[in-house]
Amino acid sequence: MASAVHNVVETKNYLNSDFGIKSWLLTTDHKRIGLLYLVSITTMFFVGGFFAMLIRLELLTPAGDLLQSDTYNKMFTMHGIVMVFLFLIPSIPAVLGNFLVPMMIGAKDLAFPKINLLSWYLYMIGALLVIYSIVTGSADTGWTFYTPFSTQYSNSAVITAALGVFVSGFSSILTGLNFVVTMHRMRAPGMTWSRMPLFCWSNYATALIQLLGTPVIAITIMLVALERLFNIGIFNPQLGGDPLLFQHLFWFYSHPAVYIMILPSMGVISEVVTCFSRKRIFGYSFVALASIAIAVLGFLVWAHHMFVAGMSVYASLIFSFLTFLVGVPSAIKTFNWTATMYKGSVYLHTPMLYAMGFIGLFAIGGVTGLFLATLGIDVHVHDTYFVVAHFHYIMVGGAVLGYMAGIHFWWPKITGKMYPETWGRIAAGTIFLGFNLTFFPQFIVGYVGMPRRYHSYVPEFQILNVFSTAGASILAVGYILPLIYLFWSLRYGNDAGPNPYNATGLEWTTASPPPKENFHETPVVTWEAYDYEHMPPIPEEEPVVHR
Amino acid sequence: MSTVETRPNAVSTHSLHEHFGDLEQQREAATLGMWVFLATEIMFFGGMFTAYLVYRMAYPVAFDAASQDMNFWAGTINTIVLIGSSLTMALAVHASQEGKNKHVVWLLIATMALGAVFLGIKAFEYHEHWVHHLVPGPYFQFEGPDPRHAEIFFSLYFAMTGFHALHMVIGLGLVSWIVYLAARNKITREYHSPVENVGLYWHFVDMVWIYLYPLLYLVAHKHVSG
Repeated sequence: MASAVHNVVETKNYLNSDFGIKSWLLTTDHKRIGLLYLVSITTMFFVGGFFAMLIRLELLTPAGDLLQSDTYNKMFTMHGIVMVFLFLIPSIPAVLGNFLVPMMIGAKDLAFPKINLLSWYLYMIGALLVIYSIVTGSADTGWTFYTPFSTQYSNSAVITAALGVFVSGFSSILTGLNFVVTMHRMRAPGMTWSRMPLFCWSNYATALIQLLGTPVIAITIMLVALERLFNIGIFNPQLGGDPLLFQHLFWFYSHPAVYIMILPSMGVISEVVTCFSRKRIFGYSFVALASIAIAVLGFLVWAHHMFVAGMSVYASLIFSFLTFLVGVPSAIKTFNWTATMYKGSVYLHTPMLYAMGFIGLFAIGGVTGLFLATLGIDVHVHDTYFVVAHFHYIMVGGAVLGYMAGIHFWWPKITGKMYPETWGRIAAGTIFLGFNLTFFPQFIVGYVGMPRRYHSYVPEFQILNVFSTAGASILAVGYILPLIYLFWSLRYGNDAGPNPYNATGLEWTTASPPPKENFHETPVVTWEAYDYEHMPPIPEEEPVVHR
Repeated sequence: MSTVETRPNAVSTHSLHEHFGDLEQQREAATLGMWVFLATEIMFFGGMFTAYLVYRMAYPVAFDAASQDMNFWAGTINTIVLIGSSLTMALAVHASQEGKNKHVVWLLIATMALGAVFLGIKAFEYHEHWVHHLVPGPYFQFEGPDPRHAEIFFSLYFAMTGFHALHMVIGLGLVSWIVYLAARNKITREYHSPVENVGLYWHFVDMVWIYLYPLLYLVAHKHVSG
């Protein structure tokens, strides 16, 4: 659009208003903190991916030839800890939420900018503790830290890993606190709750879980660390301590944590689907309230992880029933996205490809979740690869695809540059293919009985595991591609202009990259969200301008 | 919580941060932030209270016996001390709303003194437990009906009172920060939310003790001998 003008007049924005390492490490600007998170979280994603790759390579053959069983235990533990606590949980809220929530509601910043910076430092301390635990021998308890193995018997670096999880938990709590207060107190004039973008609603629901769930795992994991350090005995069965109590406390957070991962992704999908269908979202209030419903119901289902742990069968029945209920708001969202696309003018830009991938994979992950909520089936497939496939469909097929959709969708806003559309589509396709090839065979191999968390298996399972490992290598290529072309676009990408997709939403009314104070004047909102009927269509791509 | 800090080109009043529209919005945000934070604290202690509840139901006899080894008078005096500190804190908040910074400073110093007395008595109790081999671990000895389950009681006791004491220490740090603010006259009739919010935190920590005291010290019936 106005690229020539942009080059002549060097406009002041949040990226070029200050320079130097101090202006980044001591920044209180929510946009810069978002970028700090982007860099650190991406790093942790590739660390976790490295462990995943080692796991898949080991499973290429039935015998344990690449890794010994002890090492294998450490690999899947660290894969889980890094991916869950240091990538999936912070990913969208801390990167995109930090950047976008204040802009979407027309605020200059989050309510507590210094606490926002503090939460990044806590994340970094947590991440460094986890990395320290890796180099000093890694934990081997699984990411679930189940007692009494974690408290009495494991000889690995459980304490540092647990402390890392503990500290990074406070980063999550403070981010959630900032979001809740910001959305209650900082909305621009006219930005009522019913006009708020669904991305904000999702992050609000997520924040509720972060606030009410995270403290519980913080104290639980802390008690595990104290039990190891000081020989106190809260979960120790030798004293009459109850390992089931640990599992209850652990899953009280860690099941809702799944919704911390998926809800923000759902928020991204709501934004992307409406924009690239050029239609108002179908059933705005249902989608918004479904987020809250998921957050609330998510707190009532934790014990479905414990159906075979020795819990009372009546409790199991109730938790099974409640788990089915979560399917309702999830399905409401899925149907509403589909209905939004129906008779819309659908553009297949990269973010939309990811969004459509999300809907399909989330549907598979969600429906297999209902299999697992059924007591009889769960007893059969518990601790098999069926469970592994199910939650990877939610966490990778859902959460990661949503994250990728969001990064591409708002890349022009964050950097002022367009990502290369063709490469974006190729990567999205690669990831979709690689993902399905990796994890669909795991449903089958799990259903026929391959248990999770072993480094060797019977030869009959090999062919499906070869598929899975082949898929994982395709998936790796799909993740490395965006890393390359997004860096490339910083220098060579087309200038984006303020609103490259003619999208609605306050964040698109300001320059790209946005000025330091987001808006030169506080916006006044007089319209409903997603008024796409009155927006011009998405402009044609410009050819890449070489300078 | 918001801190007081002067920014060069900030809006008229020095205590208003530039991303807020006015002082009222800033005050409301700070107060809501503290209440939300306290909600997370309830969940944090809630994990331990749940564990206590589960084991108390499972091992009532051991908990009764173990609770007899608590120092009843130390716990009771500490309860009174903490309630006293809440009173001085509440008066300090009231004084800050009226802009009486001298009163604020002295009332907060009294609060800190009472907090320190509490921690001193707690340390004395911990020492007593240590001498009597009631600290869980290899040296734990308990002359009662059910020593293993009593060890769980003491594990919970140290975890719960330990985290409570840690919160007291953090509270002392926060109070000394607002003493500094008040002494430098940075607290005004218009801008006193730091005092209010630290006050909320202080009262919350007291409330936790109000629950810990009966759960840990008053389980058994025949205590008064002390």
